[in-house]
Amino acid sequence: MLDIVGKRFWFLLISGALALICIILLATFGLELGIDFSSGSILTASFEQEVDQDQLERELAGLGYISANIERNPEGDFLISTVELTTKEKAQLKESLAAKFGTINEKGFENVDPVIAKETARIAAIAIAIAAVGILLYITWAFRRMPSPFRYGTCGILALVFNVLIVLGVFAVLGAVLGWGINLMFITGILAVIGYSVNNTVVIFDRIRENLIKDVSADFKVVVNNSLVESLSRSFNTSLTTVLVVLALLLFVGASIQNFTVTLLIGIIIGTYSSIYVAPTLLVVWEKGEWGRLLHPAQF
Amino acid sequence: MTRKNTLYLMVILALFAFALWVILPIDSERFGREGIQLGLDLQGGVRLVYQADLSSVESGDETEVIEGVIAVIANRINPLGVTEPNIERRGTNQIVVELPMLSVTDKQKERIGRTALLKFGELTTEEEEARWVNDLGSWKPATATIYGQEKELTSSYFKENTYVDRDNLGRILLVFEWNEEGSKLSEEITGRLINQPLGIFEGDESLLGDDGRPIAPIVRSKITDRGQIEGLSLHEATELSKQLNAGRLPVPLETKYELTVDPTLGADFVALGSKAGLIGIILVMLFMIIYYRLPGVLASLALIFYGALVLAAFKLIPVTLTLAGLGGFILSIGMAVDANVLIFERMKEEFRTGRTLGAAIEAGFNRAWTAIKDSNITTFIVCGILYWVGTSIVAGAPVKGFALTLFIGVAVSMFTAILVTRTFLRLFVGSRLAKRTSLFSPYLGRK
Repeated sequence: MLDIVGKRFWFLLISGALALICIILLATFGLELGIDFSSGSILTASFEQEVDQDQLERELAGLGYISANIERNPEGDFLISTVELTTKEKAQLKESLAAKFGTINEKGFENVDPVIAKETARIAAIAIAIAAVGILLYITWAFRRMPSPFRYGTCGILALVFNVLIVLGVFAVLGAVLGWGINLMFITGILAVIGYSVNNTVVIFDRIRENLIKDVSADFKVVVNNSLVESLSRSFNTSLTTVLVVLALLLFVGASIQNFTVTLLIGIIIGTYSSIYVAPTLLVVWEKGEWGRLLHPAQF
Repeated sequence: MTRKNTLYLMVILALFAFALWVILPIDSERFGREGIQLGLDLQGGVRLVYQADLSSVESGDETEVIEGVIAVIANRINPLGVTEPNIERRGTNQIVVELPMLSVTDKQKERIGRTALLKFGELTTEEEEARWVNDLGSWKPATATIYGQEKELTSSYFKENTYVDRDNLGRILLVFEWNEEGSKLSEEITGRLINQPLGIFEGDESLLGDDGRPIAPIVRSKITDRGQIEGLSLHEATELSKQLNAGRLPVPLETKYELTVDPTLGADFVALGSKAGLIGIILVMLFMIIYYRLPGVLASLALIFYGALVLAAFKLIPVTLTLAGLGGFILSIGMAVDANVLIFERMKEEFRTGRTLGAAIEAGFNRAWTAIKDSNITTFIVCGILYWVGTSIVAGAPVKGFALTLFIGVAVSMFTAILVTRTFLRLFVGSRLAKRTSLFSPYLGRK
C-alpha cells in the first residue's frame, strides 16, 4: 500500500518551504489592492475607432491621471482604473478622451469612496477571522468523541492557513506582474476555498475516526495512512469535477470574475494537496509528539 | 424493486416534472414569478449610495430627515421611467438608490443627488479664509446679523414660487422671491455690497452659466423682496427652479459609492455564464460515466434533476442572480457530485469485501453519510459568513448572490445525490444487470 504517512517529514518540509516562499513573495511584492479596498474608480469604455493602449495611457497621464491602470477585456473594452472621480470629473475625462480618440461609449462605471473602502476591508477581515474560528470550533465539535478533538481542529486550520498563504503568494506575483488587484471577488473566492478545502480535510478525518473506532491497527500511523489511501480516489475525483467546472467558468466568463475563478482554481488544487499531505501528516506528528524530529532531516 | 422505492421514484419524477414546469420556458410566469431575477451586473442599471450630512440635524430627527430625503429622491427618479426603483436607508445616514435596467446620463445622475441649495458669497479680503475659489477670485459666505444671530444667505430663504422667465432681450432668468427673514438678510448684504459681485454657489462648486463661466452678478441696488439669476440655460434653469420649489433636499448628500452597468455589458455575461454552466455540467457527467460506469450514468441523471431543481428554486424563492451567483451555481455543479463520489467509492469497497449489489448500495450510502454531512456543514458555515458580508457592505450584492446560490446548490445536492441516486440504484437490485459487476466498478478485478 502507498505509504504517505511514512514520508510525512518530507511532505511537511516541502509544504513548509512552499509556505515560506509565499511569505517571502508577499513580503517582497505585497498585494495590489483593487478599488474595493483602496477606493477609486473604474471606467469601462469602448471606442468606435481602434485605440492603442499605450497611446491611451499616455493621454491619461497627460490629463493628470498618472497612476491610471488600463486593462482590456476579451470584448475589447478598456477598464480604466483611476483615483476617485466625481460624476463631473468623469464626464470631463470622457470628453477629453473623445476629443482625442473619437466617440467613446461608457459601458460601466464604479466609484468607491475611501469611507466605503475602509468599511469593506474591515468586514472582509472580520469575515475571514470568523470563518477560521467557526471552522476550528466546528471540526473540534465534529470530532468531539476523539481523544483529542482540538488537535483535529488545529491541524485542519493549519492546512487552511497553508492554502490561503499559497493563494496570497500567487496573487502577490500576479499583482506585481499583471497588476491584478485583490477585490471583493477575491475575498469571496478565498472564503469559498476555505470552506471547500476544509471539506476535504473533514472527509479524511472522518475516515480516520471510523478506522480508529474499527480498531484497524494499534499504530496511529497505520490508521491514518490507511484512511488516506482509502480516501485518495474520492479526494482526486471530487477535486477533478470541481476543477472542470471552474475551468469552464474561467475560460468562458473570464475577465470580470477572473480574480474569483483563479483563486478557486489554485485553492481547490492546493486544498486537495494539503488535505492529503499536510493536515493528516501534521496530526500524526502531533499525536506522536515528533515535533523535534522536523528539525533534524537526517532522522526522516 | 420494493414498493417503497417505487413510491420514491414517483415522487422524484413528479418533482422533476414540477421543476421543469416552473423553469420552462424561462420567462414564464409561475406563482407570480416571472423569469429569473437578474442582478444589476447582469441586466444593467445604476446603484448609488449617498451619505447625508446630518451635522445640522438635531438628534432624534434623523429618521424624519432621511425619510424626507428619500421622498425627494423618489420624486426626482420618477420621470426617468424606471420600472422597479429601490430607494432605502442604510445605517443611520446612508441612502441606497437602485435603478435596474436603465441607462442614465451623467447629468441625470448628478441631479438625483443634487442638494439644490444655493449659497451666496462675497469676495474675501486678503487675510480672510476662502470658502470657494473660482476664476473670479476667492469667496466667503455672504452673511448678515439679524435678531442677534449671524446667518448665511442661501436659497433656503426663497419662497417656493421661483419661475423661469425671459427678459426683453430673450435671456433666461430664474426669478425668485425672498421670504421675510431672507429679505432682511438680503437687504443688509446687498446694501453693503453695492457695485461688488455676489457669487452663487452650489455645494463646493460655483453655479455655472450656459457659457461655462461662474455666475456672479454685480449688485446694482439694495435687493429686498425679489431677485433673478441670469445666465443659466433654459433647461438648467427649469430644473433648478423645480428643485428649488418643492424638490430641495433637506440636507446635503455626498456620493459614496456608484456602480453603473450598461445593459449590453450584462447581457454578454448571461450568455457566457450559461455556456460555461452547460459545458461544466457535460464535462462532469462525462467524467462520472467514464469512471463509475452505470452508477455514473445514474449520477448524471441525478445531476440533470439537480440542475432543474436548483433553477426552479432560484425562480421561486426568488434569488437575484448575479455574475458571482452564476459562478456559485456552476461551482455547486462540481461539488454536487461529491456526495455521489463518496458513495460510489464506498460501494466499491463494499463490493470488494464480496457484498451483493443491494448490500453494497445500502452500506455505501450509510457509511458515506457522516462524511457528506460533516463536510457540507463547513461549506454552509462559509456561506453564512459570506451572506453576512454581502448584506453588510455597500458593494456586497455579488457576494450575497454567491453565498445564496452556493448554499442552495449544496443543500439541494445533498438531497439529489443521496435520495435520487439511491432510488435509481435500487431499481437495479435483483435485476439481471446487478450480477454484471463490471457495470458498477470497472476496477474491481485489479485489487
